[in-house]
Amino acid sequence: MFTPPADMSRRHFMSHLAGAAALAAPATAFTNSILANAADMKKRHKSAIVLWMGGGASTMDIWDLKPGAATGGPFKQISTSADGVAICEHMPLMARQMHHMSIVRSMSTREADHMRGRYYMHTGYVPNPNVEHPSYGAVIAHELAEHVPDLEIPPFVSVGGGSVGPGFLGMSWAPFVVDSNGNIRNLDVGIDPARMSQRLEMLATIERKFISEKRGGVAEDHSKVLEKTVRLMTSKQMEAFKVMKEPKEVLDKYGIGERGGSGFARGCLMARRLVEAGVPFVEVDLGGWDNHENIFPTLADRKLPELDRAMSALVADLADRGLLDDTAVIWMGEFSRTPNINGNGGRDHWARSWSVVVGGAGFKRGVAVGETSSDGKEVVSEPYSSQDVMASVLKSLGISLETTFTAKNGRPMKIANSGKVIKELFA
Amino acid sequence: MHQHQFFRVKPFAALVGAVLVAAAAPARAGSDESFGIPQVRFINEQVSAGWADADLEPAAAATDGEWCRRVHLDVIGRVPSGEELAAFLADSSPTKKADLVARLLGDDFVDEYARSWTDVWTTVLIGRDVENEMVSRPGMRQWLRRAFSKNIPYDRFMEELVTATGANTNKDGIENFNGATNFLSGKMEEGGVQATAKTAQIFLGVQVQCTQCHNHPFNKGKQNQFWEMNAFFRQARALRRYEQTMDIQSIEMVDEDFAGEGSDPQQAEIFYELRNGLKKVAFPVFVDGTEIPQSGYLPGTAADGAAFGVNRRRELAQLIKASPLMPKAIVNRMWAHFLGYGFTKPIDDLGEHNPPSHPELLDGLADRFREQSFDLKELIRWIVLSKPYGLSSRVTKGNAKDDPTLGEKPKFSHFYLRQMRAEELYESLLTATEADRSRAAEVAAKKKDEWMRQFIIAFGTDEGDDATTFNGSIAQVLMMFNGDLVKVATSTGKGGLLDRVAESGGKNAAKIDTLYLAALARKPVAKEVAAANKLMQDRKGDPVGALQDVWWAVLNSNEFIINH
Repeated sequence: MFTPPADMSRRHFMSHLAGAAALAAPATAFTNSILANAADMKKRHKSAIVLWMGGGASTMDIWDLKPGAATGGPFKQISTSADGVAICEHMPLMARQMHHMSIVRSMSTREADHMRGRYYMHTGYVPNPNVEHPSYGAVIAHELAEHVPDLEIPPFVSVGGGSVGPGFLGMSWAPFVVDSNGNIRNLDVGIDPARMSQRLEMLATIERKFISEKRGGVAEDHSKVLEKTVRLMTSKQMEAFKVMKEPKEVLDKYGIGERGGSGFARGCLMARRLVEAGVPFVEVDLGGWDNHENIFPTLADRKLPELDRAMSALVADLADRGLLDDTAVIWMGEFSRTPNINGNGGRDHWARSWSVVVGGAGFKRGVAVGETSSDGKEVVSEPYSSQDVMASVLKSLGISLETTFTAKNGRPMKIANSGKVIKELFA
Repeated sequence: MHQHQFFRVKPFAALVGAVLVAAAAPARAGSDESFGIPQVRFINEQVSAGWADADLEPAAAATDGEWCRRVHLDVIGRVPSGEELAAFLADSSPTKKADLVARLLGDDFVDEYARSWTDVWTTVLIGRDVENEMVSRPGMRQWLRRAFSKNIPYDRFMEELVTATGANTNKDGIENFNGATNFLSGKMEEGGVQATAKTAQIFLGVQVQCTQCHNHPFNKGKQNQFWEMNAFFRQARALRRYEQTMDIQSIEMVDEDFAGEGSDPQQAEIFYELRNGLKKVAFPVFVDGTEIPQSGYLPGTAADGAAFGVNRRRELAQLIKASPLMPKAIVNRMWAHFLGYGFTKPIDDLGEHNPPSHPELLDGLADRFREQSFDLKELIRWIVLSKPYGLSSRVTKGNAKDDPTLGEKPKFSHFYLRQMRAEELYESLLTATEADRSRAAEVAAKKKDEWMRQFIIAFGTDEGDDATTFNGSIAQVLMMFNGDLVKVATSTGKGGLLDRVAESGGKNAAKIDTLYLAALARKPVAKEVAAANKLMQDRKGDPVGALQDVWWAVLNSNEFIINH
């Protein structure tokens, strides 16, 4: 069983490492006023949860149906708790939560390759060989972590997938990747805490020497991650990862029975627990949407029921606990799928006209923004991009769109790549 | 420490003997900075010219210890043992670097060389995914180990992978095993789009996957190129072979006559779809525009004696061999392996849109590599004996602005830090702790796979994309802090490294030196000695425990895990 080292030992180590870390730019600039308001902020901290649909989910079969069109597929649409907003018949539970969410049906992007689309939708930038851009998780954690000074677990958690990295913000803003069982590997120190602390002091001596030799940022990044690891190892907040400790009635809502339910369901519940604990950003991964073949049975029998149950439970749970007003929920993948149905009964990659879903935080809810043509192949209203969604999410969290990062090369980089706020998403 | 027997290293005396023989080699070889090797001189001239142009003062040379550690890591995938390091440091020959490289590339280290490059190329060729039923990692590795043990020329290496036929696993009763088939066996879905993309990417350094989608709206001009490349793979098929049960016994790669998607196998075309739904025809055409016969028949002889047909994959391999892109792509990949950055970023995206940092050096090295019959070991020798490879990683005022992390093109005026790969860390821990490595190669590789699995993240796409959390993450630090591998490495059991160091007699200072040399290829500085002594005090009465604490700290340090 893991016994945390005495807090004093930890502080001792931290103070030793501080010398090393001080050579790098301070991770977060605390201001006195923020510290003074820390207790208050903790109650009202903001967070974001991205539900990432790896592979590219077919949004015209879920959020923007075209019944009767040659491209429309077999699914019917049903009305929802949001006036005038209809979604797929295989999403009956979400249909009851749509008053909390809004659909952007006029996404039009250009990246239809998995890796490029993944990068673009996560960062607001197309891949560039000369600079690595920070992803949603890194940006939001970087901007919001100062409001939760007592947070000891990483501010950017990715459940069941790897998300996209911190880019030029550095490894200390990298995703903490966990599986949906909440098991964190290698957490158990297995030795006396006092001795661990002595080892850490020795380690800090070596770290400092190497950093002082000015060989490049990789050496400092290592120390910063060490520091975060020590914080995490000694934290009671790690309990937030233990989803199975929830009461049975909560587990039931997410469809998590004694056998554990789906990984995505556990991930959604973990996201709620992490948000409750103060984590500013959580991404939950649901793969398997790359349906080049037999898309309709796959969606109707497997993917949509899995998504519907867990996503609806998460939204309802956040709302019931009063967390939704401070938590943005974003559903998206790297792109969508072709309106034309291919010879294998599947749909291929398509980025020209598709949907994302957002809700919670400062978003206007229960609306469907934008419109696609009757066959789903064109956006017929104002088209929106990844950076527009990102700008809107940041606005919903109260993060200033005037924020500018300095990339490592000294070049200023506007947050969210200067995306424009999707005005229909705000009252 | 030298009284211990190491299975890998020749007895110390023999080692010294080898060094003495080498030292007697013509002194001329060491009298310039290029060891008398014209290709090394060429690299040095080209890179130095870049420094002058950019007004950069290169860093000082790395220390012998740093260089020795670096070259072991990069050539054979692990840090040097205490013995190997000591022998190199004690050597005063002017050719000692060239001699060490010759040994690492020679018979003494052939197994470790093959193991390390097998690790590198397994990831390049089939990724990290261990779950794909269409691919056999052991089969792939077996073929790669043989290829690197024999140092087969790179053009043949490529050809065998691209044209491979046979069964992908080496199981009882299989007669036509050919591990090379694993490169393509998992990439044949949907008419081989992945085979097309990966072959172009790996062997030509060209990214074509973005233009594959018949619905890709923005690369219309190039869309035909993707499908014309793809047409080369249409005779190839990956067949599941079943045992009595429903279990797959193996995947067999075969070439079969391709009827085409029209009606005439003599003109075996494929169709692809434009964004507007119109269909277009493609026949095999190489990226440089070279066409091959359009027949879908495999080569044969008609009743009247006339030859007909064509093997499309073999034709493709010949075209790749002749292409200037092949040596450029591999030179760029190898340069990035040793110097931390390639001439382009990413390394497998050559083309006018992505100009290289050192175009003349890239082209010149590619030409020389072709002249050298595509001998990978020679290419390695040139790179690791070059001046830029031998520079210190300590940045000075004169070269601080050379920082590729800032998005600048690399100038290689100091050695760029990089973290070890997971495989390198694993093997280095085994070496540093003198763990028994007498297991058969494949048994050891499987054990390593199991350990590596904890870092793999799949992306949930049909293309099997994946990533690793072994990238400086918290997960990695936790593994180093508390994981089983490090627990074993720091165990104090009888006969283990720590036990033997503790039992070796002599002063504590010498024992700490031994640990530092084994892990960091240097001795501790005064502050570190003081910190270690403090641990000795804390662990009073338990000297092995104190050594254990020092060892744990050394292995967990940035200096250990970063190739510098």
